[in-house]
Amino acid sequence: MTQPKTQPIGRRDFLKAGGALVVSFHIPVLAQSTPVPQAGPPDAQQIDSWIAIHQDNTATVYIGFVELGQGASTALLQVAAEELDMAMSQIRTTGQDTHLTPNQGGTYSSSAIRVGRPQVQRAAAEARQALLAMAATRFGVPVASLTVENGIVRAGNTTVTYGELIGDRRFNLAFTGNAPVKDPSTYNMVARPVPRNDIPLKARGQYRHVQHQRLPDMLHGRIVRPRGQGAYRDGVKVQSLDVASIAHIPGARVLRQGDFIGIVAEREWDAVKAAQQLDVTWVRSRSLPGNADLFSRMENGPTSDRVAVDEGDVSAANSAHAVSAFAGTGPYQAHVPFAPNCALADVREDSALVLCSSQDIYNTRTSVAMLLGLEPEQVRVQYHEGAGTFGHSCWDDAAQAAALMSQLAGSPVRVQFMRWDEHGWDTYGPAHVGKARVSADAGGKLVSYEYEGWQHHWSLIETTAQTATGTPASEWPPFPAMQLNPRTLGGMYDAPNRKLVNHHVDGLDYLKGAWLRSPLDLSFAFISEQAIDDLAWQLGMDPWQFRQRNISEYHWLGVLNAAAEAANWQPRRANTGNDSRGTTVRGRGIGVGTHLASWGGAVADIEVDTATGEVNILHLYGAIDAGLVVNTANVENQIIGQLVQTASRMLLEEITFDDTGVTSLDWSTYPIIRFDRCPAVTPVIVQRLDEPSSGAGEEVMAAAAAAIANAFFDATGKRMTMYPFTRERVLAALA
Amino acid sequence: MAELTINGATITTTADDDTPLLYVLTDELQLLGPRFGCGLAQCGSCSVLVDGVETRACVTPVSALAGKSITTLEGIASYYAAETGQPPRATTPLQNALVEEQALQCGYCYNGMIIKGTELLLNNPSPDDSEIRAAMSGHLCRCGTYPKIITAIHRAAGNLANASAGKAQTGEEHA
Repeated sequence: MTQPKTQPIGRRDFLKAGGALVVSFHIPVLAQSTPVPQAGPPDAQQIDSWIAIHQDNTATVYIGFVELGQGASTALLQVAAEELDMAMSQIRTTGQDTHLTPNQGGTYSSSAIRVGRPQVQRAAAEARQALLAMAATRFGVPVASLTVENGIVRAGNTTVTYGELIGDRRFNLAFTGNAPVKDPSTYNMVARPVPRNDIPLKARGQYRHVQHQRLPDMLHGRIVRPRGQGAYRDGVKVQSLDVASIAHIPGARVLRQGDFIGIVAEREWDAVKAAQQLDVTWVRSRSLPGNADLFSRMENGPTSDRVAVDEGDVSAANSAHAVSAFAGTGPYQAHVPFAPNCALADVREDSALVLCSSQDIYNTRTSVAMLLGLEPEQVRVQYHEGAGTFGHSCWDDAAQAAALMSQLAGSPVRVQFMRWDEHGWDTYGPAHVGKARVSADAGGKLVSYEYEGWQHHWSLIETTAQTATGTPASEWPPFPAMQLNPRTLGGMYDAPNRKLVNHHVDGLDYLKGAWLRSPLDLSFAFISEQAIDDLAWQLGMDPWQFRQRNISEYHWLGVLNAAAEAANWQPRRANTGNDSRGTTVRGRGIGVGTHLASWGGAVADIEVDTATGEVNILHLYGAIDAGLVVNTANVENQIIGQLVQTASRMLLEEITFDDTGVTSLDWSTYPIIRFDRCPAVTPVIVQRLDEPSSGAGEEVMAAAAAAIANAFFDATGKRMTMYPFTRERVLAALA
Repeated sequence: MAELTINGATITTTADDDTPLLYVLTDELQLLGPRFGCGLAQCGSCSVLVDGVETRACVTPVSALAGKSITTLEGIASYYAAETGQPPRATTPLQNALVEEQALQCGYCYNGMIIKGTELLLNNPSPDDSEIRAAMSGHLCRCGTYPKIITAIHRAAGNLANASAGKAQTGEEHA
């Protein structure tokens, strides 16, 4: 390996040039103790990689998890401030940067607080321990006699600040993780609704998202692809390209490598126009199943099967008092961040700078380096917040496109995906086919739980790399979030006999897939919890009380009851005594579910117009138990967002495609919920101060999806087997 | 080449006549308020006021704006103060309410929400829930912050007691 060279654009130049780190909570002043930028990740075993104390008695905390609008950049500072005994006003963080911030892994699976809290907590506690030892030596007193408030250490009548003890010098201390952390019962800063640092700037329009970033002398770039992806295996193939077709836009230039085509121009509108008007003929095959044949092809095509859970003997169902078998499907759904992805790159002969909104900058660095033919250490990736992404939208694709186009153009390039690029070339939340069979005895106790499900895995190769280098399509190796989730699929119930069978569909002949907030869980819960609900109905039992009878685990019982009590649930058998006015009938449903950690419970109130087939969700109640919640206001916002997004996904969202490609390319063909149909929401937090933080970014969506489905049965006496609940599907179910 | 009046100042743009206003605002003037979201007038992230009327900058060519007064997020506080006869402030009551409600998540949609919400409050200083929903339904939020925006608009109107869509229970309780 050649000696890695550091990025030629120094931080000071960079600040002058783009202003990228000037805004928000990013620290603009380069203090002496700030690590000199160098190819990372910094050594996570050193305290200096996590915390710097400045002469003015403030602290910078280096955090590897990114701000996605979920408030992680505030909540993790609360954790640090708590252990350091500093005020929030004394503490700040920097943007994520492979030359500055530690590699804590990607910000997904609700990891920021679940994984980040213990790391930041222990680093801060260890820094405080070192600072107190210094103060004890200075004053000649035992550490136990010292007190700290706002970073001021007091021994009797004398004081010294952290800044005076170490300001802008390094700790040079190994991070052992052994320093004692505070007892949660003494917390002043954690488990409180601390206002977020980023909100005032966002409300004033002074926050710089990645879309606002600029590089000196940059060109505006646009990608050129067919409108809407075809089968993942096929990628994109150019049949013919007529560069002269944009000759009338003199500022625009065509870039091409392999089947990757891009446009650059000095003026953005020239790039937009040229990308739309460039005459390209694409090779398009008719290899997709289309919506019409999707689920039958998944279920009947070749699969690789795995028994994921096998406890007891599910044939006990054959002699049970009541059996419910229920089959259903879930559609492809899109991330579609409110702003299409954007990235900027400045690629030189032996280095590259990339500004993007990757959820995992170290992973992006590796993939960009491979594409450019550089070593990872030669690539510097900086995170800048984009619009809420809720999983793997096109941010890696955009980062690769910007890097490739900068390399081809010989200039810095800013690539802004257009709306149809983002909608049409997303890695969608995969479709699902599922079958549940559950049984109970005459006393209402579950006897057996069975589920089998079909879905493909996530796509590993970004479209830019696939088209530019011909890298063949391949899927990620198996990972829990892309397979049957044993927690949502019956994991909450005491059924003595349980079996889960995972059917992996080879995804290469389908649409591209990746993790979408609470991956697959909405589909799992939609099917599984309707089977459970049907069993309660067969037994003549109230659905809340039936679940209570079959759940003994206290977290599950806690969220189930918290949601029901918030909704003032009055027990009764479903589909009895409903409100109706004219053709409109109301219903209420309950459900439980989660993702890979934490616990969720929900209640839904809906109304169905039996004449038109329109379903409206009136009110969603969602309860999350995420262990210790660091910032209760943030989690309240997360629950609200999850409930509204679940309403959107259950009522409206479905990727449409024919045998050639995707046809839902904007907010008209892929509608999401708007103000007019937004339900009222009641977020409920089950706070557990003595338990680890377990994540709250996606854990009530499965429960809410189930509650909506069960409310439909309560209202109509019919069950929906597919979502979203379009008028056509509703009328067909009612017929 | 066109003359445009933006936040009270007259500027001359070298953009071609068919260039949407948005690209003049973001690239020539480097404003941070209006921003690209769809380019199709479907989402509202690019919204500005044109002579007081909420307008999608992503599809409005500069040639259509001669002689008109354009207000962006950067000028909305001054505009609101002037329209209501109040002394100039750095932010509008709606912006303050959005911070007090901690309503934002990613915050990308808030340019449009503030522009449209301010237009609503100037036309109807005391909107009820259904009037807010009707006025705002052309503006999308992928994070799902609608309930808190509704509450913030009530708060900005001085009617926090009317807020029903956020944490508070609604009157929609099931019988």
